[in-house]
Amino acid sequence: MREELIISGRMNHLIDPVLHAWGWEIPVYLFLGGLAAGLLFFAGLYYLLGKENEFPAAVKKAPVLVPIILSLGLFALFLDLHHKLYFWRLYTTIRIESPMSWGAWTLMAITPLSMVWAALNIKEWFPNWDWKYQWIRDIETFVAGYKKHMAWLMVILGVILGIYTGILLSAFNARPLWNTSILGPLFLASGLSAGSALIMLISKDHHERITFARIDLIVIVVELFFIIHMLMGFQASTEVQIEASKLFLGGDLTAPFWIFVVVLGLLVPAGLEIMELLKIKIPVIVPVVLILLGSFMLRWLMTYGGQMSRYLY
Amino acid sequence: MRYAMAIDTKKCVGCSDCVVACQTENNVPIGYCRDWIVEVTDGTYPKLETEIRSERCNHCDNSPCVRCCPTGASHYAEGGIVLVTHDMCIGCSACIESCPYDARFTHPDGYVDKCTFCLHRVDKGMEPACVSVCPTKCMYFGDLDDPNSPVSKVLTTRKYKVLAPEAGTKPNVYYLI
Repeated sequence: MREELIISGRMNHLIDPVLHAWGWEIPVYLFLGGLAAGLLFFAGLYYLLGKENEFPAAVKKAPVLVPIILSLGLFALFLDLHHKLYFWRLYTTIRIESPMSWGAWTLMAITPLSMVWAALNIKEWFPNWDWKYQWIRDIETFVAGYKKHMAWLMVILGVILGIYTGILLSAFNARPLWNTSILGPLFLASGLSAGSALIMLISKDHHERITFARIDLIVIVVELFFIIHMLMGFQASTEVQIEASKLFLGGDLTAPFWIFVVVLGLLVPAGLEIMELLKIKIPVIVPVVLILLGSFMLRWLMTYGGQMSRYLY
Repeated sequence: MRYAMAIDTKKCVGCSDCVVACQTENNVPIGYCRDWIVEVTDGTYPKLETEIRSERCNHCDNSPCVRCCPTGASHYAEGGIVLVTHDMCIGCSACIESCPYDARFTHPDGYVDKCTFCLHRVDKGMEPACVSVCPTKCMYFGDLDDPNSPVSKVLTTRKYKVLAPEAGTKPNVYYLI
């Protein structure tokens, strides 16, 4: 039997009794960042494949929302900072070893890019939209000539942003629940799933909806594989990771993880999408909301669970 | 130069003098501490064994906090001491998450704070505040590159361990066992 007592009365705020340095802001940002990454990836990909008219919601309509989604995410990140007036320090250096530095610079590139793409497609939402000044129209015409380059950047930066949301956590070996390299691909898959779900909701076209239901179905299967792979990896790892995985396998977070992430967030929407493919009418809002909820809960539970896991010494 | 500390778990009585000395010397805000005492009891009554440790930042050679800092605020100073430059710190808490020893905290002013091995004292040839007040003289501080420093000497004669070596951080606080 081992009993550990901290007797100095260490009660550092947000550190004791359980680490809680990252609150709701981080999972909210990870979710919104993943969603934006998914939307940008599909927009860029289907533009490059020449399917902008076949999938108008994916290429033109949904990406208009990305700057809003990213701005909300960035605002959440800003709220998380404790030394807010110094946030610009992120952009006075490039730290190759720091995932957060990578993320800050990726966001610096992807946010304006998404704004330009949104501006080019804003007429999808507001058909009567007209830029007030001629010089903006001139810029629009100029930028429209580089759509292909932008689409490539959106695909590449979308993947980096999606993976980065996972790597941000997995780079911390002090938190055994996060310290798995599968977290990057898992969060990317989750972001792509959330993105395809939102495209399904926005799309008015049956063919586009069915296509994205198919894509989502494939991504959900991949996600399930990654989750099983992650838990198996923990079981085959060191004591601290076996302990950490118990959070989801009988411990404190077992019920929310399996109910909200796996069953309601993956299995049920997958079942509904299969029914849709079998031509059984399902209100599209139901699987979409479940997928978005599951995607959010995955990040929420990983962020909180990770901070509950620790080294034993 | 490689600064390090050795703490004799056989002599430490867990009086918390080091904690209070640090709080006073470094003006640590009330309710916070940069060092603390851990008491670990192993075994089943009546066969019990207790280890008392004064813990703090380990000033690791391979510090995850320095690695993950997005601005370079966390850095290695002279002698491998890990410091935070306050006006470069954005308070993102990445270093707090990265530390397996939970040795860092957010100062009420917003930046991240932690043990500095009292570099301001060490520079003047003095010992860190915690070492200087220890009533049982269980703490040793010095330069590992100097074979005659108190810490080098005690590490050649005693068995020791470091905390969570499996985390790969290569800590510089040694516990004599």
